[in-house]
Amino acid sequence: MSEINATHDGAMSADSSTRFYVNEHHPENGTLLGFWLYLMSDCLIFACLFATYAVLGHSYAGGPTGAELFDLPLVALNTALLLLSSITYGFAMLEMQRKGLRNTLIWLGITGLLGAGFIGIELYEFSHLIHQGAGPQRSGFLTAFFALVATHGLHVSFGIVWLVTLMFQLRKHGLTPENNRRLMCLSMFWHFLDVVWIGVFTFVYLMGVLS
Amino acid sequence: MFEDTSLTQLIFGRLSWESIPLHDPILLATFISVAIGGTAILALITRFNLWGTIWRDWITSIDHKKIGIMYIILGLVMLLRGFADALMMRAQQAIAFGDVAGYLPPHHYDQIFTAHGVIMIFFVAMPLVTGLMNYIVPLQIGARDVAFPFLNNFSFWMTTFGAGLTMVSLFVGEYATTGWLAYPPLSGILGSPGVGVDYYIWSLQIAGIGTLLSGVNLIVTIVKMRAPGMEMMKMPVFTWTALCTNVLIVAAFPVLTAVLAMLSMDRMLGTNFFTNDLGGNAMMYVNLIWIWGHPEVYILILPLFGVFSEVVSTFSGKRLFGYTSMVYATVVITILSYLVWLHHFFTMGSGASVNSFFGITTMIISIPTGAKIFNWLFTMYRGRIRFELPMMWTIAFMITFVIGGMTGVLLAVPPADFVLHNSLFLIAHFHNVIIGGVVFGFFAALNYWYPKAFGYKLDEFWGKLSFWCWVIGFYVAFMPLYVLGLMGVTRRMSQFQDPSLQIWFVIAAIGAVLILFGIIFLIVQLYVSFRRRHALRDVTGDPWDGRTLEWATSSPPPVYNFAFTPRVHDNDTWADMKKQGYKRPLAGFTAIHMPKNTGAGFIIALLSTVVGFALIWHMWPLAILGFIATMAAIIIHTFNYDRDYYIPAEEVIRTENARTAMLEQHV
Amino acid sequence: MSNQHSHEHGHHDQGHAPSTFKGYMTGFVLSVILTAIPFWLVMDNVFASASTTALVILAFAAVQIVVHMVYFLHMNTKSEGGWTMLALIFTIMLVVITLSGSLWVMYHLNSNMMPGMMPESSHTIHEMNEMP
Repeated sequence: MSEINATHDGAMSADSSTRFYVNEHHPENGTLLGFWLYLMSDCLIFACLFATYAVLGHSYAGGPTGAELFDLPLVALNTALLLLSSITYGFAMLEMQRKGLRNTLIWLGITGLLGAGFIGIELYEFSHLIHQGAGPQRSGFLTAFFALVATHGLHVSFGIVWLVTLMFQLRKHGLTPENNRRLMCLSMFWHFLDVVWIGVFTFVYLMGVLS
Repeated sequence: MFEDTSLTQLIFGRLSWESIPLHDPILLATFISVAIGGTAILALITRFNLWGTIWRDWITSIDHKKIGIMYIILGLVMLLRGFADALMMRAQQAIAFGDVAGYLPPHHYDQIFTAHGVIMIFFVAMPLVTGLMNYIVPLQIGARDVAFPFLNNFSFWMTTFGAGLTMVSLFVGEYATTGWLAYPPLSGILGSPGVGVDYYIWSLQIAGIGTLLSGVNLIVTIVKMRAPGMEMMKMPVFTWTALCTNVLIVAAFPVLTAVLAMLSMDRMLGTNFFTNDLGGNAMMYVNLIWIWGHPEVYILILPLFGVFSEVVSTFSGKRLFGYTSMVYATVVITILSYLVWLHHFFTMGSGASVNSFFGITTMIISIPTGAKIFNWLFTMYRGRIRFELPMMWTIAFMITFVIGGMTGVLLAVPPADFVLHNSLFLIAHFHNVIIGGVVFGFFAALNYWYPKAFGYKLDEFWGKLSFWCWVIGFYVAFMPLYVLGLMGVTRRMSQFQDPSLQIWFVIAAIGAVLILFGIIFLIVQLYVSFRRRHALRDVTGDPWDGRTLEWATSSPPPVYNFAFTPRVHDNDTWADMKKQGYKRPLAGFTAIHMPKNTGAGFIIALLSTVVGFALIWHMWPLAILGFIATMAAIIIHTFNYDRDYYIPAEEVIRTENARTAMLEQHV
Repeated sequence: MSNQHSHEHGHHDQGHAPSTFKGYMTGFVLSVILTAIPFWLVMDNVFASASTTALVILAFAAVQIVVHMVYFLHMNTKSEGGWTMLALIFTIMLVVITLSGSLWVMYHLNSNMMPGMMPESSHTIHEMNEMP
């Protein structure tokens, strides 16, 4: 592009001109930082839901408690699925680094299936609770429980939609820098949801059974 | 026939012809005026063939300068609506004593004070502040745009449609009657079974997403896109305050999103977050909403503190005194703003230990602000002060805001607050700081940066008229409220029994009329300035002998802001460049990489608003369809990989040569 | 923006070390252990006291979160010039304030304003002569 110049070149001298400006400037890409900041804000939404659960967690209103309701083996299975999906996404990222498009897609697909399994089990758990009369309307405790766990589940569901969309985009455009950035963002999102789940299974399910 | 009824209900939910308040004369008159005015504007746009330009150059624009201007237009338009609410309240409270019921029944009055608060905070103050940061920050850091230009456009339309949804509540249905924070149980489904609170919730959720994304956008812009050499401690103070403001936005708005979502779940799904029975706890709402609410008021004021720093140093002809302490004060305020929230509900019953803690933290947070005032005064000391309008507004701010701040420290004392909570003293306090700080600050910023944005200064005569009406009007309108508050008068009342109070309300109403003239003269100022724009032209791009980088480019700036990205050596970069004998380059221009316009933001925001409207009116099929359509629009947008282009070098050369010619002509 | 630049940053900007198989496996194995033990402690009632169990599992959760941050999210002080870490620390601070602040405030509000509803009394019937 430097062959296109204006009429006179004499006005520029090397030192004084570049003291005050640069000839070509490409700012760094901010997508990863921006997405991380969004995740921090999501963290605060979950903090509010956790705080609400902490405050309302013993308001059983004469209804069932966590100890009576929670099926820990099922929760353990769910936790295992989510943790496995984290490692399979990790494998997808390794393949991305090796520029292996096909294997990236395979590991992404497995991750999506594990995530879908997680959601399926969670939906089963919810319907079972509702059938028992322990739905979100029953008490403050159950309201807070459903809100927290279902918000996490909704996030996972959006993650799966995003994952499927990204798989189509990878097939269309390949492992371009833009797509790699998107994979890294989804990676952050997916692992972050696993971090939140650690909080959920510890604070809601395990502590719920304990008290 | 039975099937018919179900189908209508399915499609229209609880929306019906009765939802349109034809029986209310005030609303009917408003609707007719809006209809006539709106049709006239649409007709004019069509007549002058402007639809294409408006779509191509404004609605789909991802240019931070255009978006900044649109935010400010939104804020100023909504100011008229919010102020109309204020006038109506002042009029009602001036006459409604004893047997005189006034012209506003309580149910209507309650909607007015609720809408007044919501509109002024969310759709006037926030857009004005966001507009300023959007326009100025990229220019001050030597960047070409923000980090995520598409998101910027999307954020704007989410805010605007949120405002639109609130406006729709005037003519279809009704608004909330709960006050601007909508405490349950009054805002729960039993206390407010109608659509009002739902309008409130969904307008704010939609606008809130816009604000949150805008926060992320500006933080990344400031962190990643500063010109080479501009280290953090070389940034202009306005950029520092913008950074801290956006950190507050990202950290606080999620809380609002969560709380409003919980309230809407209580209303729509029958959950028990904030109900009186089945284990709910309404006090938790108050706790959470103020965890958001206190940082929110700092979001409103911090950018204006930045404006004052720029204005004071420019119009004193001096470097700002105590740059480092200004930065630290801003950061300290940002952190401390999360430790004071309970002072908004001392009287809710948390007891002495909790109240003392938060009372002390509230007093502590006034100290960094005090430090800032001293720094501004020390900057002015021994400076060559020019009393242009921005400086006049700044001095009015300093006096007014300090008074308001002092009444705030008074309220920070829990025993005092037990007497004054929710009295007119409180109302006077927060209007004192918001009008003295945010509004006066915005007018300082408007007069200061208008020439940069539009290429001509604002008319001084009408500006000064507006200034005096606003300042005198403010004191006449709000000082009586301090008196009334100390006498024990409660807020949000539409009628009173004690006739000895009336004189104060009448004085306040006169003050409101003075402010009305202030607003009228502002509009006149804008119009007259446009008519006189050739005489008021800013040729050099630097009409005030400014100190920061936005003054280094033309007025208005070209779409790419700077032909060459500046290299920064010192604070007050432009002042430094002028001192070092900077000469504007006349050649060597190359093609410039810029983002493309897009309609996706407008469309996604519009679809989200359809979903919001459908949820308000329980139109479930429409809500579901709308949601699917919104998701589809988002996904389709992500398939668009063609988001940028290059401005050809010839065009840059042409633009820069035109500027060179203009500068040579006027030397 | 698009990828027409000659110099695209990709992995090489700002402390972005490549992920490794070893890193992911270490994180995974640690997480499995740190998950299995808490489940075992609760399901098999290993400790007599519930509060001991509670403290232990919370500690395990905190450790596992750090494991996820380091091994899966590649948390370090170099990323994005330190801004990632700064944002995380600020967020953690706010989460702590929100959680502990809410708990403290709500505990006091509840005991002053809704004394009959406190957890200790959740299973007793209201006695009018016991109201303060």
